[in-house]
Amino acid sequence: MAVVFQKTKGLTDKQTHYCPGCTHGIIHRLVAEVLEELGVLGEAIGVAPVGCSVLAYEYFNCDMQEASHGRAPAVATGIKRVHPDKVVFTYQGDGDLASIGTAEIVHVAHRGEKITTIFVNNAIYGMTGGQMAPTTLIGQRATTAPLGRTVEHSGMPLRVSEMLATINGAAYVERVAVNTPANVRKAKKAIKNAFQCQLDGKGFSIIEVLSTCPTNWGMTPIDALKWLENNMIPYYPIGNLRTPEVEE
Amino acid sequence: MLNERVICAGFGGQGVMLIGQLISYAGMLENREVSWLPSYGPEMRGGTANCSVMVSEKPIGSPVITDDATAAIIMNLPSLAKFEKDVEPGGRLLINSSLIEKKATRDDLQVYYIPANELAVELGNSRVSNMVMLGAYLELTKIVSIESVMKALKKIFGPAKEHLMPVNEDALRKGAAAVRQ
Amino acid sequence: MAKILMKGNEAIGAAAIKAGCKYFFGYPITPQNELPEYMSRELPKAGGVFLQAESEVAAINMVYGASGAGARVMTSSSSPGIALKQEGITYIAGAELPCVIVNIVRGGPGLGGIQPAQSDYNQVTRGGGNGDYKLLVYAPANLQEMVDLMQEAFDAADYYRTPVMMVGDGMIGQIMEPVEFKESVSRFELPEKDWATVGTGNKRKPNIANSLFLDPAELEKHNVKLQEKYATIKANEARYETYNLENAQLVAVAYGTTSRILRNAINELKEKGIEVGMIRPITLWPFPEEAFDQIPASCKGLLSVEMSMGQMVDDLKIVSNGRWPVYFYGRSGGMIPTPAGIIGKIEELIGGAK
Repeated sequence: MAVVFQKTKGLTDKQTHYCPGCTHGIIHRLVAEVLEELGVLGEAIGVAPVGCSVLAYEYFNCDMQEASHGRAPAVATGIKRVHPDKVVFTYQGDGDLASIGTAEIVHVAHRGEKITTIFVNNAIYGMTGGQMAPTTLIGQRATTAPLGRTVEHSGMPLRVSEMLATINGAAYVERVAVNTPANVRKAKKAIKNAFQCQLDGKGFSIIEVLSTCPTNWGMTPIDALKWLENNMIPYYPIGNLRTPEVEE
Repeated sequence: MLNERVICAGFGGQGVMLIGQLISYAGMLENREVSWLPSYGPEMRGGTANCSVMVSEKPIGSPVITDDATAAIIMNLPSLAKFEKDVEPGGRLLINSSLIEKKATRDDLQVYYIPANELAVELGNSRVSNMVMLGAYLELTKIVSIESVMKALKKIFGPAKEHLMPVNEDALRKGAAAVRQ
Repeated sequence: MAKILMKGNEAIGAAAIKAGCKYFFGYPITPQNELPEYMSRELPKAGGVFLQAESEVAAINMVYGASGAGARVMTSSSSPGIALKQEGITYIAGAELPCVIVNIVRGGPGLGGIQPAQSDYNQVTRGGGNGDYKLLVYAPANLQEMVDLMQEAFDAADYYRTPVMMVGDGMIGQIMEPVEFKESVSRFELPEKDWATVGTGNKRKPNIANSLFLDPAELEKHNVKLQEKYATIKANEARYETYNLENAQLVAVAYGTTSRILRNAINELKEKGIEVGMIRPITLWPFPEEAFDQIPASCKGLLSVEMSMGQMVDDLKIVSNGRWPVYFYGRSGGMIPTPAGIIGKIEELIGGAK
């Protein structure tokens, strides 16, 4: 019988703790498949964040370090400076990267650190129970914005990728979504480009992945995917924001 | 027993830190125990700079001088006001009279007035006034030899400033002559 | 090798490089700036990497990453900067990674001042961050001792897989003294770092640097293991010097530069016929409890002499355990104790004891 699908070697056999309908699983698989397809799984060193994906070190089948909240880019910097020939990546959520870790993500880009960041944006703090994130949309409810986020109180949601794309050291910046099979395929291509950018020594690369949080959004997985499409993508447009080729 | 505790003080840029380092370095070359402790912080820029230097036959205990300096080399007026009181009775107070018109207020010190800037200008380099003061100090105390100081200076200057060695040595000798009488 | 005259902060850097330190991540703060400056100049020549981080927090997390990746790595800062680093330090302790952290202490609290102080005693001896952990803390009194201890600091960090702190006050950072870089043989047998994250090479199971244990039983087990390690460190690594203990009427305790000032005071008192002993902790943790068993019966009390407001008094009371009354003399904020000030306090105490 022909094998039509096989789990990537890039993931361990450990069952994940993610909620039903959460898209972290898809994104994990994409990263793992890319590492395997690029033939760098044995050279990869990943850094897990604090947040829902805190246990990512149990799922990626490569050497991993667990960072404190927001500091994954600094930890990755330490690793990459010691092993410039290895493939180093961080996997971070939007609380971790866009709030407490803004200094670290800005400066890893600023230095043009040759690492890859997978930035999972689901517009909310998942692990701690649905608090407002800098990426939470206007009107979106959160446990710390019970009536919905307002501009007056909390400002407009932060578009991290656009901000990072202004930094010279950020060689590859792209926002993708994993709400449809087509978008998942595009996301994988972008993730592969980002790692290739690292392998080519071009600079820092980051892929922002728009993701769902059915549990904290209070929706079914299907509704969550629709909400992503109707609310997140209009504010956080998907597409490439920077590639090495546009550099002179 | 040799246990010299000297304060070098003046404006930032007068080279007081350097002469303190030279005393320490030369002392080390002569197998003495030495330490050099600078003042540090924002007041170092443009304001007063000073360092405490110890040269001893025994290991240095406290590197801090507190009203027990055996000598003070004073390059500007604010430093005179600040450090005159820190010299122990009978100690030496060397005053750069080119920039300090006032006299010492204490009468229990050996006070020397050295027109260091004028003497440096006579050598064609006003910047070696610190070395004039150091020369005077070495002549009075014989803590270390001029030869050791020149060896230390060579190490500190490195090849880039080697051409400045002769004028610095001249300044040391001129300062020594000024207090020899 | 001949002696050379070096500034404290630079001597620390030179000693670290000689001890095999290859990576340095730091952030500017007075009075330790000459150390990162020295490393930026000298570390590349030794085949290493210096990187100025965007903050102390980032710097210590870079240390975490580099250490987890198997490197011999160091960072340095001064008191408020060390407070910022505590987040990373507890993670490093929790993940059992080795590193050396230099703390050139300045006055606090808050922004405090930039002059020498010892007011980080609690910050460095009580762990510092969250959780049950300790740092091995060296507090040398002069540059030669600092240089001599550096190899040991790195070796102990690797051997015990634990963060080690080298504490100096501002004076230790700024002073110039002759130092000699001696050849030393490590007293530790250091195993391969087979736990490091260097890539699996598809040949082994992944290595993970981590301090997260969501299962309470696992976390407790981890903590018990850490405590066993700290017990071993306590048994093996406490260091101290005693001075003039014989017939001492009083034993004064001081570390770092303060111990040098105290020594002057003790010598002056001896000339007056007053016998005061000194115990100088070289390790602040483990606190050298054994030294206090050598105190003679003539001793009527302990005196903590500090450039802080009595932070070491607690440890003296613990080690005294009722054997002696504990007194305190200290200056703070960058004011430096004088021999005369110490003598005054001791005469007052001994006069009172008679």
